[in-house]
Amino acid sequence: MMEFSTWDILRNLLLATRWTIVLSLVSFLGGGIVGALLLFLRIGGNRISTAFTRYYVELFQGTPLLMQLFLAFFGLGLFGINVPAWLAAGIALVLWTAAFLAEIWRGCVEAVARGQWEASASLGMGYVQQMRYVILPQALKVAIPPTVGFSVQVVKGTALTSIIGFVELSKAGTVVTNATFQPFTVYGLVALIYFALCWPLSKSSQALERKLNAAHRNH
Amino acid sequence: MPLIEITDVRKRFGDNEVLKGIDLDVKPGEVIAIIGKSGSGKSTLLRCINGLEIIDGGSISVAGSQLLPDEVHLKALRLKVGMIFQQFNLFPHLTAGGNVILSQTVVKKTPKREAEAMARKMLERVGLAEKFDAYPDELSGGQQQRVAIARALAMEPIALLCDEVTSALDPELVAEVLAVVRELAAEGMTLLMVTHEMKFARDVCSRVVFMHQGRVHEIGPPEDVFAKPKTPELKQFLGVQ
Repeated sequence: MMEFSTWDILRNLLLATRWTIVLSLVSFLGGGIVGALLLFLRIGGNRISTAFTRYYVELFQGTPLLMQLFLAFFGLGLFGINVPAWLAAGIALVLWTAAFLAEIWRGCVEAVARGQWEASASLGMGYVQQMRYVILPQALKVAIPPTVGFSVQVVKGTALTSIIGFVELSKAGTVVTNATFQPFTVYGLVALIYFALCWPLSKSSQALERKLNAAHRNH
Repeated sequence: MPLIEITDVRKRFGDNEVLKGIDLDVKPGEVIAIIGKSGSGKSTLLRCINGLEIIDGGSISVAGSQLLPDEVHLKALRLKVGMIFQQFNLFPHLTAGGNVILSQTVVKKTPKREAEAMARKMLERVGLAEKFDAYPDELSGGQQQRVAIARALAMEPIALLCDEVTSALDPELVAEVLAVVRELAAEGMTLLMVTHEMKFARDVCSRVVFMHQGRVHEIGPPEDVFAKPKTPELKQFLGVQ
């Protein structure tokens, strides 16, 4: 039987961590873009687009991410479309992230005082101008801490993609365990790596919140 | 030829009819004070004039621009009528100068340099030339309200709507804002103001409108309205017997 050093284990886990990071970034950026589209459909659109986005958000917030991954992976297969694990993982996580970010950001836009809409309207600005020059600059400042905070959920959410066979950190942990028979060491290291990814994000979210709230200064 | 024509304007919020047919014509250069108890519809009337509330009946026109609830007509009307709010509503992410510049460049497409010159001029006019680079949260309430006035003036409106512009201010800050409004009136700006400052209304206004339960209950020059109130409601409101 082969002997594995701790370094062998760690090295393999770190190599797989790259895919956790890539998947997190893709989910977060893609989810941000789709989420922004949903946000504008929700607050600026007509009744149909508002209803669509509301149901979209409720659907993705109201079902487990794991089910969404299964549906993306196996569901499309039913139609004869062969979906590789990385694609299913990417699609499901992007859509899931988008739902949450759209809802977080909607709250931030609605947190901007009503008087800001009225003042800008009374100066003759149209909807798009109000959004671009008055509302969004203020909403963005409110949105930064919870958005960074949510990125932690995205990183941890990527762990679920191991179940459909995408080889990221968690899946690598299982594979390495099967080879080394040292589950405690392996999963301990896996947890530490996740922590090393998430902790700075949580901390920076808290720091941003303090900084942006300090003395209610908005600049 | 009236500048602002308000004809049989009605507005309801659900079952509550707030304006029950308002008729009011304002001539150029007139300064009108609207007084009345809270809930009498005076702020709603003001907000209807520049389309912040959509009227349910009647018509409003300002210098020939009809109030219609689409973006093009609203913009045309709002370029003619500025509005000052009780809560100032300055844009907190912009400096005082930025507040005055923004709508000029965005709405009127004024070149940046001209807009900035206009902003400096308007801030000087309200006595805040040195606060050009200050953010709203670095200014007192009275200063913020004066920036708001400068911001509205920079759009060169032909009339200004003032919605209880001193009600959110500490007593010692009221005078500085009223002084600016008084100066505007003296320069011939058409003003419609909802106010609780009775002395100011008496001194500055050409006409006073007393609103009661969604109607114009009494209207006339201040010396008549304040000294010789006809109706019991106005007498009670003014506290005279």
